[in-house]
Amino acid sequence: MEYKFKSIKSYGLNKEKILKMYQDMLKIRYFENKITDVYSKGLMPGLAHLYIGEEAVAVGTCANLTERDFAVSTHRGHGHLIAQGVDLKKMMAEVLGKEIGYCKGKGGSMHIMDINKGILGANGIVGAGIPIATGSAYSAKIRGTDQVTISFFGEAASNQGTFHESINMAAAWKLPVVYVCENNLYGISVDIRKVTNTKDIATRALAYDIPGVVVDGNDVLEVYRVTKEAVDRARKGEGPSLIECKTYRWKGHNLGDPGRIYRLEEERKEWMKRCPIKTFQERLIKEKIYSEEKLNLIEKNIKEMIREITDFAIKSPYPREEEAYEDLFVEKKGVEAR
Amino acid sequence: MKVKKITYALAIAEAIDEEMQRDKNVILLGEDVGRLGGNFKATVGLYEKYGESRVKDTPISENSFTGLGVGAALTGLRPIVEIMFGDFLMLAMDQIGNQAAKIRYMSGGQAKIPLTIRTTLGGGRSSAAQHSQSLQALVCHIPGLKVVTPSSAAEAKGLLKTAIRDDNPVIFFEHKMEYNKTYEVPEEEYTIPFGVANILKEGKDITIVGTSNQALKALQAAEELIKGGISAEIIDPRTLVPLDKNTIINSVKKTGRLLIVDEGYECCGVAGEIAMSILKDVFYYLDVPIERLTTANLPLPFSPVLEFPIIPDEKKIFQKAKEMVIGKEVAKWQNI
Repeated sequence: MEYKFKSIKSYGLNKEKILKMYQDMLKIRYFENKITDVYSKGLMPGLAHLYIGEEAVAVGTCANLTERDFAVSTHRGHGHLIAQGVDLKKMMAEVLGKEIGYCKGKGGSMHIMDINKGILGANGIVGAGIPIATGSAYSAKIRGTDQVTISFFGEAASNQGTFHESINMAAAWKLPVVYVCENNLYGISVDIRKVTNTKDIATRALAYDIPGVVVDGNDVLEVYRVTKEAVDRARKGEGPSLIECKTYRWKGHNLGDPGRIYRLEEERKEWMKRCPIKTFQERLIKEKIYSEEKLNLIEKNIKEMIREITDFAIKSPYPREEEAYEDLFVEKKGVEAR
Repeated sequence: MKVKKITYALAIAEAIDEEMQRDKNVILLGEDVGRLGGNFKATVGLYEKYGESRVKDTPISENSFTGLGVGAALTGLRPIVEIMFGDFLMLAMDQIGNQAAKIRYMSGGQAKIPLTIRTTLGGGRSSAAQHSQSLQALVCHIPGLKVVTPSSAAEAKGLLKTAIRDDNPVIFFEHKMEYNKTYEVPEEEYTIPFGVANILKEGKDITIVGTSNQALKALQAAEELIKGGISAEIIDPRTLVPLDKNTIINSVKKTGRLLIVDEGYECCGVAGEIAMSILKDVFYYLDVPIERLTTANLPLPFSPVLEFPIIPDEKKIFQKAKEMVIGKEVAKWQNI
């Protein structure tokens, strides 16, 4: 599993952009660590699916988007949301089921949405976001905007019918959408290699006559470079692409699943050695882009910020009981009172 | 009021045409809605008028083109998705039931899904078990969906225009046996609000609630019933969600009898639901128990001699209503 990084400078990005990627990955990591913490203290209802280990995929991809673009997320959605710059207080509050949460406590971890930031929802049904993302791309095309939609999903979702049905339509109609498959190898416990014959998911792009690219999902700059090409292509009206990011979830499928029964410890350790954040930090220092002191300070500040937003969310009130009966329909008052 | 005579299918096409003209964000998606003008000819002329981007022939991928409608609705369009046969709703149930119905609620009211899903119900065409079902109960069961079952062409047109303007997901059931029938439809533009039942005929002896074209069949039955001195009040609820319970309750308080006719299956069906949802309000006014006429709990068989006997029709409505008013034994005796 030896992986050779290219020099950061070869990507031609400005220092601020590089730093933001580093910060966003850290925000995801510390946010997820905090979730583990509040969960183990019994402060969190239900559960959540952690993104630890996969940070470079969301950050590298979303670094290509503007505030007007769209992203459709998954059950493992915290990373995508944070990378798109959502309000972390409202996000943590939602995970805790609080009134000020993004969904007023009605969605929880698996359904966080920020429509104003173009995040059309995390989604609890595997593969269900793929057609929704395709529809958002169709809408952008009809409305004549240059908005691009990112469709995030896992390797297991690529075996749902929606994957085929949606990419087929997007390819036929040259829709501005980028399908980003996060291949973390396991659908809960099932090893993709045991249920799928092809080595890569991206090769399926051949069937739709669209570009299909495999990329190291733990290298944020490679993810950025590859998705940039796809986003540019989509924006120019040249149609969809399928990007497969090879990565690994360090934790179990969800909180409470140790994720060990079905995976070899050596495999996990190998992937952890290739931590997307740590390797990036090492490169930043080695190439003298940022000093170790500076990066450590940034990390400390992010850790502190996550602690603050979590305390705030913990102290914030739960919704009123009556809230359960609101928001089912958009109603114009008086028209359908009966 | 000036009226014109057009088919039910054309009334649907007119409703879509008027709304597409009124709002450029209205688009139409589905199998064969384009060049062919719809399998039931209910989208004739729209492809020629609005072009391929707004009238889109989709591949045969019901779940994903419904999801495409959900995504488009989330981002500013008002899609109309056609699912050719109501039976195919089951192919799209994830996008209908888990996505369209729930996204607004799950997002705490941030999003709206102005999506109209047009589909069909009704047997009687010898289309057998996978092209004949009336699955309105299936979608009524899921909170977050409005459900419309229009009767005549004029009703279908006015209700469809309301559906398209509604900011919520609406499942709109057109009756397959009605498409080719000609009806009087108002010349001028009009819409029909949701949640307001239509009293097709006033009466004093029995209330008959008929969904979709069963309301029209009930009206035919009422014309026969009156010959025997039985005066039936006929109600078309128009929308099952929201349901105008008050109109039904007030009618039953007056007549003391209620027969509900729905072409869906009896088990966990619309007729049972309507009955139970008003029972506590009418219980002490009832002279006889509430009755229902539905399709038997069977897959619809192919041969007409097998199919028609298990679907409600005007004759069955007539017989059941008569039994309820004059008593089963007397009705039997009268038939000899």
